[in-house]
Amino acid sequence: MEEVLNALARALSFGTPLLMACLGALLNERAGVVNLGVEGMMALGALAGFAVAFGSGVGDGSLWLAVLAAMLVGALAALVHAFVTITLQANQFVAGLSLTMLGLGAAGLLGKRFEGQPLFNQPPEWPFTLGAIALALLLGFILYGTRLGLTLRSVGENPAAADLLGLDVVGVRYAAVAAGGALAGLAGAYLSLVYRPSWTDGMTAGLGWIAVALVIFVGWSPLRAIFGAVFFGLLYYLQFRLQGQSAIPSEVFASLPYLLVILVLALSGLRGQQGNAPEALGKPYRRGER
Amino acid sequence: MPLLQLKHITKRFPGVLANDRVSLEVFPGEVLALLGENGAGKSTLVSILYGLYRPDEGEILLEGQPVRIASPGDALKAGIGLVPQHPTLVSRHTVAENLALGIGTPLLPAQRIAPLIERVAQGFGLQIDPKAPVYTLSPGEKQRVEIVRALLRGARVLILDEPTSVLTPQEAEALFRVMRELRAAGKSLIFISHKLEEVLAIADRCVVLRRGQVVGHLPRAEASQARLAELMVGRSVSFARKRGAPRIGEVLLQVRDLSARSSRDLLALKGVSFELRSGEVLGIAGVAGNGQSELVEVLSGLRTIEQGTVQLAGAPLPSDPARVFARGVAHIPEDRIRMGTVPSMSVAENLALRSFDRPPLSRGFVLRPAAWLAQAQAQVQAYAVATPSLHTPTRLLSGGNIQKVILARELAGRPRLILAVHPTYGLDIGATEQVHRVLLEKTDQGAAVLLVSEDLEELLSLSDRIGVLYQGRLLGPYPVEAVSRERLGLLMTGGLA
Repeated sequence: MEEVLNALARALSFGTPLLMACLGALLNERAGVVNLGVEGMMALGALAGFAVAFGSGVGDGSLWLAVLAAMLVGALAALVHAFVTITLQANQFVAGLSLTMLGLGAAGLLGKRFEGQPLFNQPPEWPFTLGAIALALLLGFILYGTRLGLTLRSVGENPAAADLLGLDVVGVRYAAVAAGGALAGLAGAYLSLVYRPSWTDGMTAGLGWIAVALVIFVGWSPLRAIFGAVFFGLLYYLQFRLQGQSAIPSEVFASLPYLLVILVLALSGLRGQQGNAPEALGKPYRRGER
Repeated sequence: MPLLQLKHITKRFPGVLANDRVSLEVFPGEVLALLGENGAGKSTLVSILYGLYRPDEGEILLEGQPVRIASPGDALKAGIGLVPQHPTLVSRHTVAENLALGIGTPLLPAQRIAPLIERVAQGFGLQIDPKAPVYTLSPGEKQRVEIVRALLRGARVLILDEPTSVLTPQEAEALFRVMRELRAAGKSLIFISHKLEEVLAIADRCVVLRRGQVVGHLPRAEASQARLAELMVGRSVSFARKRGAPRIGEVLLQVRDLSARSSRDLLALKGVSFELRSGEVLGIAGVAGNGQSELVEVLSGLRTIEQGTVQLAGAPLPSDPARVFARGVAHIPEDRIRMGTVPSMSVAENLALRSFDRPPLSRGFVLRPAAWLAQAQAQVQAYAVATPSLHTPTRLLSGGNIQKVILARELAGRPRLILAVHPTYGLDIGATEQVHRVLLEKTDQGAAVLLVSEDLEELLSLSDRIGVLYQGRLLGPYPVEAVSRERLGLLMTGGLA
């Protein structure tokens, strides 16, 4: 019994960053923009959060300052993606991949001096977990119960229709991508400030990729994202658990996040989830191409 | 005073003068028809009115005051609404969600706008269900949603861009009733069309555009089909039935009890049987999605047969498209851009797609560019394809010229059976006449034509017999003398089933 409770607790603590990052990716995908840079934005957010917390000596106030910094850095990184894909209309997949590589590389380089530095004050996890769940509920309500959400969904489904009605497709997409980046940054901050709390290169360990795949798995629904995140949090926990107890080389376990991604996509394929994708997902919008 | 006035609107695109000093006005409570061939500048003018393009010169006046329309948002604010030719609705959203987009309340926009939708819709005799997802609606219903949308936004000028091109005759009649209601309520309607009878049925005044200029401005009383067509085309046009006395020969195609499934695995053809003789034109009417695509796909070897037999000249039809073509079946497909051509390849390459792999266009593994270009040159001349060069990608050609490229390629090998699907959809009068003439010439040479179309004029003027596909079953075929437009319309909508 204790084992089960412990597993659940760990599933929640792995699931929290997954849920945050997944909601972020879900938000910008609902507006029609794929951002595969989640992993990179998480790493940048993790570093920014840690650096601010470390530099300001950890008090309660500076924790929130650090979280805010992480979200800001995530949003800024996402704006690069937005500029390249929305304004310059570059391929969203390639741009996102570059963002991941850029983010991971830059975070690794800039974070060298924080490597191995401890952060003494470990904040409790539960406010973040509850916050992420509340965020999912809120996002669900925004998407389906407000004019803002209706605009966002319409821009992701049929930008030409939204444009013809005088709505600002570009503005909505920029905002959604920036908000998605902020949430990825928040997920990163959770790792470096709450879960660990320390900074190591590569600490995002594929969570960003799982988050991206989760969006498909949950069929672009924020409410289902809660359950999806807990489920994959559990699988993630099991991976660590088994790592300590078996003779299987650790490299096999290190590759598990990526196998999980494939598993997520395979399961989604079986459930026909691809059909839920926003109609204009991944397509740049050009006015006049009717 | 006119509600809306355009003064000397000029719009240039590289190499084209799309609108050349166009002036017109619309008064409250009238229907103004805007006519013209493809490329005459109608769409450009609509785009300018709706803020999608800026005019290079000229001004737009609303109730005598100059207005600047720089975006669709400005147009909506000025009270100008557009019912576009192809609906711009979010198909996965409900009607209410679509209509709440941009104007709904901050909280629960779709739910709160539903009563308003019903009130506006009922006021003008439009039936729509706010809760229905848009993808379940027929083209006519989607159009009603677009009209309600413009009304909800307080449109005083309503632009209808070729609204009847997707409608059955009955649906078009219903649309005209709504248009009369709107006119009675003092709205100004701009009705864009190239279907002359409809224009004559509904318009109070007609403005005809040709090559970007206003070439005619007629009150309804002075307009006639012949007069309007002459203005549009620049020469007189014949409206008589085009079919001469056919020379009907042996049975060429025999379809017995044919059933086939659609790509979504539903039974799309249910026990279809008919015969087609050489020299004969068999028209297939029907509302899109009643099995026409599947029938043509089976006959061109693209779709497997679930049940039944198809015999071509006494032998079973092969089951792959290349072998079907080799047996003399030409296919003029529905989607001429994506299915009929490779848009990024040149005119010469597209013309050679059926024959590049054998002499004279190739020798062994090696292509012979000289032979290739010579053949393309001859075909471009024979079919009067207007293209800057043989190396121009076909995506840069107009719809009519793309269709001519397809005709040239498909009809090159003296086909015995021609499957022509919406062969003139979206083409102007000139290109339509050429397509019709070519098809009829081929029947004189003994070819059989299966003509699938939603344009009843076209079916009635070319076919010897007409069948109607309704929910996968073939009604008829009936001799053309035995059916009327009205009867076909009823058969197409299940009214006589």
